[in-house]
Amino acid sequence: MPRIFGAVTINAERCKGCELCVVACPVAVLMLQPKEVNDRGYHYAVAANPDACIGCASCAAVCPDACIEVYRVVEK
Amino acid sequence: MKSEDIISAENRVYTRPRLLNTTTMHYCPGCSHGVVHRLIAEIIEEMNLDNSAIAIAPVGCAVFAYKYIDIDWIEAAHGRAPALATAAKRLNPDRLVFTYQGDGDLAAIGTAETIHAANRGENIAIIFINNGIYGMTGGQMAPTTLEGMKTATTPYGRRVDLNGYPLNITDLMTRLDGTCFVTRQAVHTPAAVRKAKAAIRKAFKNSLEGKGTSVVEVLGTCSSGWKMTPAKANEWMVENMSAHYQLGDLKDTATTK
Repeated sequence: MPRIFGAVTINAERCKGCELCVVACPVAVLMLQPKEVNDRGYHYAVAANPDACIGCASCAAVCPDACIEVYRVVEK
Repeated sequence: MKSEDIISAENRVYTRPRLLNTTTMHYCPGCSHGVVHRLIAEIIEEMNLDNSAIAIAPVGCAVFAYKYIDIDWIEAAHGRAPALATAAKRLNPDRLVFTYQGDGDLAAIGTAETIHAANRGENIAIIFINNGIYGMTGGQMAPTTLEGMKTATTPYGRRVDLNGYPLNITDLMTRLDGTCFVTRQAVHTPAAVRKAKAAIRKAFKNSLEGKGTSVVEVLGTCSSGWKMTPAKANEWMVENMSAHYQLGDLKDTATTK
């Protein structure tokens, strides 16, 4: 069975911490940075559990500020 | 497999559209406008219409849309976007012409322009963001505000005996012979976003092929105006807004014409 590996990169400076990607992620990869904030004072999203990512791009689909890039590898 | 091995250009499945420029949007966190802007940029890029598209910006939160999507824009006076779009399309019939309007713009001050442009069957696409509130001016009641919904000007909730009924203008437009495609979408989940993208793409195609007026209503959220977190606003939208404004295609004659 092919295995799917995914990864996301998040532009922390553009992120406004709306949390919509955290809600949309089906495998609970993302969370909001609990303490640190970006230059504009938002708790930006981070991939806290990157190994679970399947590269489905659900987070990118709901991101209003287009700050998420998604990568996927299918290993046969 | 490590993240460093996965993150490379050949494995990229999603990146921000080229036409969405790097200006930081002024919208509040979680605003639906951002998602719809991104969809429009993606579609125009995929359809290769960068040099053809003419968009008409409204007055309201989306007044600065021209700063974010790198295509030609005209800024209309409040509510007059369909009138400008009429002129733009008649003078440039081979171009994609669309308006981007909110509910205060399209359903209040611009009702006449909207209804008459649709009734004339102008070959334009109308993207209508409905969040049931005047977001930019501080959360006042809009014509589309739901019954009982609290806003700055209806602090005890909208009363139909005092304020009238919520205006379902998209349903009204299905009754006009000039419209060819009328649909209501939302952008609260990844699946809904993909459906909304397909609907906007169809509306753009109808504009190019001269099939009549296409109206794509997108139910949006206004977390600041509704005084909720963005995630909670999405839930509230599904429970309340989509109960009154049902999602789905309302009219589609473009395929049969």
